[in-house]
Parts: sequence; C-alpha cells; structure tokens
Amino acid sequence: MIADLLIHLIKIVAVIGVMMTIVAYTVMLERWVCAWMQDRVGPNRVGPFGLLQPLADFGKLVLKEDVLPGHVNKIYYTIAPAITMMPALIVMAVVPWGSQLPIAGRVIDCVIANLDVGILFIFAIASLGVYGIVLAGWSSNSKYPFLGGVRSSAQMISYEVCLGLSVVPVFMQAGTLNLMKVVEYQAQHTWLIVFQPLSFLIFMVSAFAETNRLPFDFPEAEQELVAGYNTEYSSMKFGLFFMGEYAAMFVQSALMATLFLGGWSLPFAPLNAPAQTLGVGLAHIGVFLAKTIFFLFVYIWVRWTIPRFRYDQLMTLGWKVFIPLTLLNILITGVVLVALGK
Amino acid sequence: MTMQVKRPRLRFWELTYLPQIVLGLWLTFKHIFKKKFTRQYPEDKPPLYGDYRGAPVLVKDPEGRVKCVACQLCEFVCPPKAIRITPGFRPEERFDANVEKEPEDFVIDMLRCIYCGYCEEVCPEEAIFLQKDFAITGYKRDELQFHKDKLLELGGVREDSIWKWKYKGAPPPDAPAAPKRVESAAKS
Repeated sequence: MIADLLIHLIKIVAVIGVMMTIVAYTVMLERWVCAWMQDRVGPNRVGPFGLLQPLADFGKLVLKEDVLPGHVNKIYYTIAPAITMMPALIVMAVVPWGSQLPIAGRVIDCVIANLDVGILFIFAIASLGVYGIVLAGWSSNSKYPFLGGVRSSAQMISYEVCLGLSVVPVFMQAGTLNLMKVVEYQAQHTWLIVFQPLSFLIFMVSAFAETNRLPFDFPEAEQELVAGYNTEYSSMKFGLFFMGEYAAMFVQSALMATLFLGGWSLPFAPLNAPAQTLGVGLAHIGVFLAKTIFFLFVYIWVRWTIPRFRYDQLMTLGWKVFIPLTLLNILITGVVLVALGK
Repeated sequence: MTMQVKRPRLRFWELTYLPQIVLGLWLTFKHIFKKKFTRQYPEDKPPLYGDYRGAPVLVKDPEGRVKCVACQLCEFVCPPKAIRITPGFRPEERFDANVEKEPEDFVIDMLRCIYCGYCEEVCPEEAIFLQKDFAITGYKRDELQFHKDKLLELGGVREDSIWKWKYKGAPPPDAPAAPKRVESAAKS
C-alpha cells in the first residue's frame, strides 16, 4: 500500500519534472529553430551552446517586477495564469509515456492514472484551459486583453468540436477509450496514422488552434492586439501563461504521438510489445519522448513557416470544412469496419 | 475606371492548401542548414571603411607637442556643443613656446558628440581627428567626459608631413638649453 503510494508519487514527480524540463527546452528550441530558419544563430551565450538559456530566462522572469495594474479584478487576474497552466499538467496523468517498467519483482505501468475513459478525461480537462485565457482577458479590464480573450473562447470552443470528432475514428478502430490499450493496439497492428491520415491531419490542425499557436494565434495576435490576453501581465504571471502554452503543446504532441504514431512502440521487436525487461521499458520511454519532441519541432516548424489566418478563415475552416470532414470520416470508418465484419 | 482582377480558378489540391504548406515547410527546413548571417559582435567586429567617422580625439605632432592651439574653432562649430575648451597660455620659457596658446583643458562630451566630423574639418592645426572607435561606453556620465589627457592618450602621435610651426621661432642657439624634448609616446 505504502509502496504503491510511493511509486505513484515518484511517477508524478518524475513526469512533471521531465515535462517541465522539456517545456523549458522547447522554448529554447523555439528560439533556435526560429533563428536557424531565418539564417540567424539564435541564443548561444549562456553556458555551452547557450544551453543554460532557459535558466537565465527563468531567473529573469522571477526577478522582474510583478505589476498589478490598478484597474484589474485582482482575484481573477491572479488565478488566471494558474488556471491556464493546470489543465496541461493534469492531462499528462492519463497519457501513457511508456509500456511498463519491471523493477525488483514489480511491474510498474508507465502511466500515472490508467483510466478507461482516458480520452474523455483529456477533453474534459483540456477544455478548462480556455477559462484561464478568458478570465485573464476579462479581468485585465482593458481592451486588447478583452479582445484576445473573446477571440480565444470562440476559437477554442469551435476547435474543441473538431478535436473531439476527429479522434472518434481512432477509437472506433481501436475499440477502446483507454490510451494504454490504444497504443497496444497500434503496437500489434500498424500505427493509426496509416489508417486514419485525414483524422490525423484534422487533429493536428485543431491541436494548433487549441494551443493558440500560429497559424491560429489569434488570442495574442501581436500586430492587432499588442499581446492579447496577457498584455497586462508581467513577471512570473506572464511566465505561467508562457509555460502553460508550451505545456499544452507538449500534451498535444504527446497525444498525437500516442493516438497516431503508436506511442511508445516501434514496428519491430522487441519494441512492439509491452516491455519484459527494464532496458526495453526505458527504451519505450525514450521512443515516446522522441516522438513527442518531433511533434514539438513540427509545432515550431509550422509556426515559423505559415502566416496567420484571417479570423473568418479560421471559423470557416473549423465549422465548414473540418466538422463535415470529420463526420464523413466517422461515417466512412464505420462503414468500412462493418464491411470488414469487426 | 474599375479594374476586374481575374482570380485564377483553384484546383482541388490548391484549395486544400496542403501542397503549398508542404512546399513552405520544405523551404524553411532547408534554411535550417544554410549559412548564418549573424555577426558575433563583440568578438567579430564589422569592417569599417576609410572615412568612417568615430570618436574625435586630440593628436600630438611627431615631436610630441600638443598640436591644438586653443583657437576654439571646433568648440564654435560643434553642432551639439560637445566640445568645451579652457584656453591657456604656453609658458614662454618652454622650448615650444613658438605657439602662444594651448588648451588648459579640452573636454569632449562623448554623450553629446554626434560624430559629424566638423571639428576635424574646421581645425586649422590638424590637431583633432575622428577615429574609428564607435563603441564609447561607460557606467557613469562622468566617465564619458573625455578630458585633454585622455584625448591625447587616445589620439597618440599623428605621423604626417604637416608640421605647421616646427621651425618657426625655434630656440636661438645661445638661448638657455630647452628642456630635453620628450620622445613621442609612439602610439597610433
């Protein structure tokens, strides 16, 4: 009992630790990749190759003056960054980051909470993220954050629908909502990106919209809204928004890797079955992290390639293109599954 | 007259935007590996051209004499009024007393200087020159008030052929021996 509790605590600490480290280095990677794509060098002064830059950024954010403007609603203004940050952390609880780790006669599942309704839990929690942004925009009590908050709520609610509908075929095919089992299904068969490319594409684009990343970064469109919902924020409150954005990116990347690229699995032995030895278990975690980091790179890559959509184009894409397509995709998947007699 | 812009009919794949997006991604991806244009500044300084105008300094002639005669033309011409000269007389017993005046103090406020080069242009004695130094920094305002000694040290000796008063009023042979002339602080 105590041992189980301890194992859970260790898993939670490890996941959050690794996640926040990757989040910090994603910010660094973002600056590097952006620089390289623009034929620049990027941050290279702090530490070897600039690798300590995230620490310096963190120090800067912590030491900056925390301005609390007089015109804000203090309670909501203060809790909004935390509300933005938390859903991303909570969602990581159900994402499997490996198969299992056999240590000292115990087999430890590489997921914090092995829920049978994993994906429902994720959508339920992840959609709370919009509250942080809306509250930040509203409680700031000034026009640019307000517009950012309004845009954000409209955008995230629209794309929540696409996001939810686009993964339905995945679960129709895998036959379960448990993410661990979805990955095992892919390990035994083929990665679902092969069967469901349209589903993957729509999920990815919707994930960009959900995390407010370019080409859908309307909530903080700099040219129009100064900085959008976080205009009035400074110091670590701003830092929390920033980390929240990247943590959400991490979660969405992990989800894409889990749902479509086979999570911890690679299509050859011994990486295509739950691990029996510690080494393979660790290799699974490595594979999962590699896939997640690849998607993080794609996020950055797309950001520095594609310009921002127009707002009506965003809404048209969401409601008039993606939703019919996802419904069609569900229909076709259902017909094919029935035809194959599954 | 209105003009009708003909919009091309998009094909199916063009309507999905996907080929264009993939091409764009390929383009940015290629740039990751291209040569970078960044200049690593403090280590790698930019090339400066021959007539680059940097910070003005005072120079000495090859015999180590202050060339400035405190005529104050540069002070008057200086657009931002960055130069402040306190004129003084050269003591008559000095070997170089062939010039009556020299600056007691010569201050250039580097915070005001705009590197226009008027002082260099106007100077009848060719005593003030613009150097290539463009990064004048300090922690306090006082540090950027460059006084005569500092300006002369920065300027060093100007090796040129124009010695306007080298032979004028040289000490007569029977005059008391002039103090040994200081070897030029060979700088520049």
